[in-house]
Parts: sequence; structure tokens; C-alpha cells
Amino acid sequence: MGKFFAIVLTVITLVSASIFAMHIWWMPVDISVHGPALDKQFGETLMGTGFGFLVAQLSLAYFLWKFADKGDGRKVREFPGGPKVTIITAVVLVGLEILALSFVGQKAWASVNLDPAPPNAMHIDVQAEQFAFYFRYAGPDGQFGAVHPEKISDGNGNYFGLDPENDIPARDDIVVGSLTIPVNQPILLTIHSKDVGHSFYVRELRIQQDFVPGIVIPVHFTATQTGKFEIVCTQLCGLGHYNMKAYLEVLPQDQFDQWLKAQAGQ
Amino acid sequence: MRSGYFTALAVAVLLGSGMLVFAKPPAGSGSITGKVTYTGTPPKMKPIDMSKEPSCAKQHATPVMTQNVTTGPGNALQWVVVYISAGDEGSSAPSQGARYDQKGCEYLPHVLPMQVAQQLQIYNDDQTSHNIHPLSKTNPEWNKSQPPGSPPIDTKYDKAEFIPVKCNIHPWMHGYFAVLNTSHYAVSGEDGSFDIKGLPPGKYTVTAWQEQYPAQSQEVTISGSEAKTANFVFKVLPY
Repeated sequence: MGKFFAIVLTVITLVSASIFAMHIWWMPVDISVHGPALDKQFGETLMGTGFGFLVAQLSLAYFLWKFADKGDGRKVREFPGGPKVTIITAVVLVGLEILALSFVGQKAWASVNLDPAPPNAMHIDVQAEQFAFYFRYAGPDGQFGAVHPEKISDGNGNYFGLDPENDIPARDDIVVGSLTIPVNQPILLTIHSKDVGHSFYVRELRIQQDFVPGIVIPVHFTATQTGKFEIVCTQLCGLGHYNMKAYLEVLPQDQFDQWLKAQAGQ
Repeated sequence: MRSGYFTALAVAVLLGSGMLVFAKPPAGSGSITGKVTYTGTPPKMKPIDMSKEPSCAKQHATPVMTQNVTTGPGNALQWVVVYISAGDEGSSAPSQGARYDQKGCEYLPHVLPMQVAQQLQIYNDDQTSHNIHPLSKTNPEWNKSQPPGSPPIDTKYDKAEFIPVKCNIHPWMHGYFAVLNTSHYAVSGEDGSFDIKGLPPGKYTVTAWQEQYPAQSQEVTISGSEAKTANFVFKVLPY
């Protein structure tokens, strides 16, 4: 029986490892400037943890094969010090591994989450609500109108709570349901939620950031490829969560300028 | 014996007709027609982006627009509920229910008038789930989910109220239930016109309700089978 389990364990271990090694179900294409650093870090982490996984599982299989009870009445032997020492050793080893990965990975993480956006970044305001994303561009005057939560009305399309009657910068703000951006241009999103927690996730941008009600959170990135990509909410936010998505469209600069001009004219 | 039979029949017919008279409000043939228009610059209606719901987006060749101030040629104002707000109490609800549709991720019609206690059927004609949420204040508030292919929701309202309706899944979906105490009402069409028929003689208050601007009323007296005219003008603002 011990030999049978050893074989099953070896097969499971090798199949799981080859799924990663052969890049089956691998990550989608990366379209961001910061993405390669994250992907490199991800790869290194996967190599480290994968090596640990293989060593642990194959040792287990070896011990199963060699030392399984054969019914010959052998005495059970333990590691010196018993389970206590083994557990302490395991906790210290895993702790060291996590600490080491944090040190090595913090640079890639900080470039996305701690460094401010470059000064030439194009600012787009994002409001999430159950169950849609809305995006706001400053319009020709380059200024955003002030937000008045009491004026939010989905019925007349005032998703941000603008007050164009009294607030002149709000009059030319462009509010749309899809995120359209120019390629190779740094983008700064300020994301905020109307109701509950949501999340902004674009796989190809390697960005996942929660919306926290009451907080405006900056997110910045630069897209390096044109195309249409999906933005999904990855924070369970209610009944329609499965259906909460929008599209990111990355356009060449001239096409983006045309698009923005057309939006401003409406 | 024979005369007794006829007497009984006559009494039955009289009683029956009498009950009919008491059960139904006196039917009239007076009418109030008119046009709802606006002065000023109306706000620009905004296109609705339905790209996240492809099954709805593909039903519309051009984007659906918001409908809070829907205008037509000749300064016409659409979706205004014109109804008798005083002078017409006590008309019972019709047996025919009112129908409300969720189609192409829109509410059809945008404004649905109905009577107190009238049956209301809400259909989901889409290939996606809807969660209708009428934001009533006087009546009990509820919301119900309808996956594609669900049977219609059967309900009614017991108190008169103008109820904003929204979808908890598609934030752009917006409409109104106009629950009225009268059977005499109309909703202004694309040309702003309305026609309230079947009014018995009497003194009435006619009210025009629009979702964004304050309601207006006029006194109208109908004698015989008069056809009266009442026009309403709403002052609109660009923002």
C-alpha cells in the first residue's frame, strides 16, 4: 500500500509541476511598462516555491516507498527531538522564504503601488458602483468638476454627482462607461466607490486594485500595446458582481485624440 | 304562476342593472385634450454605454439615450403623466393588468401609468438577469431578481405614488411607475399630446407630472359631453 501511495504522489507532483513548467494555462500577454518586472518576480517566486514543492513531495514519496509498514513488526523511529523540533524548523524555513521574497519583490511592487505617477500622466477619474464602472475625462478645459454625492443620479446619467448648473469646470467633463486610453502614455486613475468595495482588475495590465468606500486611491500605468481588454470587478460586491465589467480600449494617439474630440462634441 | 315568474325575472333584471350602475363609476363622454411643451433650453440627453451587456447592446443600432427630459418637435415634452388629481375619486381598478417590460436593458415604457390596486406584470424579455427595484416610499419597497426566462412578476400597489424604478444590476436602467387614484389619465406622446376620454360632467383638477420638474395643475369644468383643451408648459433648464 505504501508503494502505491508513493507512486500516486509522484505522479500528482510531476503532473502539477509540468503544467507550470510547460506554461499550460499560462498568464495572458502583458501590455504594461511595469508588467515585465512583475512577471519576472512572479517567475522567480514560482521557481523557488516550485523547487521546494518538488523536494518536499518527492522526499515524502521516497519515505513512503522505503519506510512504509511491511507488517514485519519493526519499531517506529522518530527524528531526534520529535515533532516539536520539526514544526519549529518548518515555521522558520517558511518564514525565511516569505521574508526573502518580500525583500526581493518589494521593488517591483513599489514601482506600481508606492511611487507617484509621472507628472505628464493623463488623469482619468473612475467611479465604481453596483454593478458598473464609469470613467470621467476632464474635457477641453483640463479641469474636473467638483463631485457632489447628493447629486448622483443614475436616471439622468449623472453617475459622478456633477453640478454643471453652478460649477463651470463640470460642464465639459466627459463621462463614459468604457476606458479608452492612448498607447505609450502614462495614465493616472483616481478610483473611488459610490457604494461598497469593488476592484479594478485588468489581467493584461498586471493591475489589481481594490476600491475602498470613502477613499480615493491613485493607480498608474502605461499601456504598451493597442487593443481591447476586459476590466473586471474581483471583489465580491453583491448580486450582480458576476456581471460587473467594462472594457479598456488602448488606441494609437491620433485615434484617441479623435475619439476624445468626438466625445467632447456630444 | 306565470306572472310570478315574470315578476321575479323583472326584479332580477332591475337588481342586476342597479348593481351594475353602483359597481361602475358613471361613464361620461367628456374629454380633455392638450399638448405638453417646454420653454427654455432642455438638457442634452446622454448616450448609454451598454457594452458590458453585449446581448442588450446588439439590440440597439444607435445608443439608447437617457430619457429624463425627452423632447420632440415643436418643443414637445414626452413622458408627462396628465391625470385627474381631484374630482374623480372612487373609480375601481380595471380587470386588465398593466404590463412593464425589461427589453434591451431598457424599461418599456419609460413611464407606466396604472391605477391603485391594478395588477402589474413585469416581464424580463432579455437574455440576461435583471433585478427590478421600485424605490417606493408610501408603498412597501421591494426588489426582485429575474433570470432570463423567468415568469413575469405579478404585483400591485395599494397607494397612489410616483415611484422611480431602477435595476440593481444595470445602473443605467431607469423608469417610473405612476400609481394613480383615477382611471382618467394619459401620458404625453412624442408630439407632447395627450387625450383623456370618458369624463362625466364635473369639476376637475388636471395635473401634469414630469419626473424632473415640479408638477402643474389646472381646473377644468366639463358639462355634458364637452371636449375641453388644457395645455401645459414646463420651464426647463440646460443643466
